[in-house]
Amino acid sequence: MTDHEPRIRAILKEHARLTKDAASLPSDADLYQAGMTSHASVNVMLALEGEFEVEFPDHMLKRSVFESITAIRTAIDELVAGT
Amino acid sequence: MSLRVGIDLVQISRIAGSLDTFGERFLRRVFTDREIAYAHAAPAHAAARLAARFAAKEAAKKALALDGVSWRDLEVMREASGACTLALHGAARAAAGEATLALSMSHEGDFATAVVIASAP
Repeated sequence: MTDHEPRIRAILKEHARLTKDAASLPSDADLYQAGMTSHASVNVMLALEGEFEVEFPDHMLKRSVFESITAIRTAIDELVAGT
Repeated sequence: MSLRVGIDLVQISRIAGSLDTFGERFLRRVFTDREIAYAHAAPAHAAARLAARFAAKEAAKKALALDGVSWRDLEVMREASGACTLALHGAARAAAGEATLALSMSHEGDFATAVVIASAP
């Protein structure tokens, strides 16, 4: 399986407005604790959709889906596998 | 009776940034047709109106402890008097049960805020 994490980190760097460097953040670090607001998470979601050509269904618009790099990677893997 | 409260604060220029970056995708994902029409009725105030509405949706999600619902299922309705209320649709409505909601929004400078109180019997 392709490792999507580098592209996810690049999107976080551009859109999540984190107070820490997205490139070196631990994969399981809490992104909300690292400064991501609810509005920034919308930008992250839209950027992920564009990058991976997927669409997050409503039931995946959960805080937990965007709370860490690991959680986002799991969601992207699931969405990419479903396309 | 139980009372819950939710609040959110949004930077208006960041909403304008989302509109610049994602355009219609951002608008249609977050806002209803009525909300978009109201915002576009005053182009100079569009970002502020959308920011206040985004804050209202997030405040409502906090007050109702909602997760995994579309922002479009939480709609700010504007009455002729100018007073605003929240209407819930779809999954948000189902999850809210019998809760009734009160909404207040405000904006000043580059910030918009909203408070939602949810009252359940």
